Amino acid sequence: MTAVLPSTEQVWDWLGEVPDPEIPVVSVTELGIVREVRWEGETLVVAVTPTYSGCPATSVIDLMIETQLREKGITDLRLERRLSPPWTTDWVTDAARDKLRAYGIAPPVDGTASDGLMAGRAARLSGRSNLVIACPRCGSSHTERVSQFGSTPCKASYRCRDCLEPFDYFKCH
Amino acid sequence: MPSLPDAATPDVVALAERAAAAQGHDPHISDVALKPAFFDWLCRMGDNSLVLGHRISEWCGHGPVLEEDIALANTALDLIGHTQMWLGLAAEVEGAGRDADKLAFLRDAMKFRNLKLLELPNGDMAVTLMREFLFDAFHFELLTALTGSSSPRVAEIAAKALKEVSYHLERSSDLVVRLGDGTEESHARMQAALNKLWPYTGEMFTADAVDDAVAEAGIAPSLADLLPLWQRTVAEVLDEATLGQPEQRFDAQSGGKQGRHTEHLGYILAEMQFLQRAYPGASW
Repeated sequence: MTAVLPSTEQVWDWLGEVPDPEIPVVSVTELGIVREVRWEGETLVVAVTPTYSGCPATSVIDLMIETQLREKGITDLRLERRLSPPWTTDWVTDAARDKLRAYGIAPPVDGTASDGLMAGRAARLSGRSNLVIACPRCGSSHTERVSQFGSTPCKASYRCRDCLEPFDYFKCH
Repeated sequence: MPSLPDAATPDVVALAERAAAAQGHDPHISDVALKPAFFDWLCRMGDNSLVLGHRISEWCGHGPVLEEDIALANTALDLIGHTQMWLGLAAEVEGAGRDADKLAFLRDAMKFRNLKLLELPNGDMAVTLMREFLFDAFHFELLTALTGSSSPRVAEIAAKALKEVSYHLERSSDLVVRLGDGTEESHARMQAALNKLWPYTGEMFTADAVDDAVAEAGIAPSLADLLPLWQRTVAEVLDEATLGQPEQRFDAQSGGKQGRHTEHLGYILAEMQFLQRAYPGASW
């Protein structure tokens, strides 16, 4: 006998409850790393893309997705790793950007990666940049980059020169 | 300000279309005649990332300042991530039941295909950063070319890795300039590092039968074509860093790609492979 399979919309909703293990205020769907949900016969296939190649959270995320779906009664499940097209911060939803800010992480400024990192760097150093990373605490745009690398691969370290708060910037990728 | 190459964002639409058209199928994977060279070349890609990633990870907890420590650990993590993709594909091409972990942890030094440049000890921060820069400048051009590979599987790995390697090149070139054009002490150390590493850089561009075979198949670019691009970046950054390009031959050292290594690789493997050798199949 065949039970009625849950709709893919339902599965997307369930996945929307799975938090990112390192930034638990946003879900894996809000981060844009779930690329596809589909049924192959009675097998549920979920395609997930890594943020950064070596991100140690990747296997934890797979485990959390699997745990969530099994709890919802899915028994026949396959997770696919999809590399192409590569993940970009453009896929982070607007709602997630607000949540990141409230959590103390400056959200990515779109378009700063696609213009070319080297060009962006040259423009920044020569003072021609319009890249403004606002402090998530006081909102000041008077901030400076401490390091291009932060507490996780997807973040850079910044400091607010007004309120002196150090903070993470979810860098545009 | 050196005009470093721009990292163009991969054309995501084209990539998605190619991936969909290929449906996971890559004509080169079932090409029996090409298999030995394709496998060897993929091991070179994976072993370069693995050995450099391991070297850089040795700084974790030992960096001169916290930010540098974190940056080095992040870079190592990216490279190990690339290793999983390259060696994973190598294992698939080989089709002998091995996987990325088996290739990484159960091959002996003579089966490793990394450049000699990458297995040299870290030395001081000058050697570490100069080595990274010299390789990053090559790695960046190589991956850029590989995004147009005739193998869709190679192209998608390259597109993913390129985004991260762009950060590596940006950071390492920035620090080479800052330290080269820094204090008398930092300048002297950077120049010494450059002189020491220079004879190892030519191996990146010295093609052999494996390189020729994958270039012929359209999988990888001709290494000779990458040389002028690398030279331009290196010349601009060294100039900005007030460092002098050594006059000695840049290709005096070679053999790593064919499995003839320095004595240093064995020590890396002794540490890296210990667990799987002592407790075969251990997992957690």
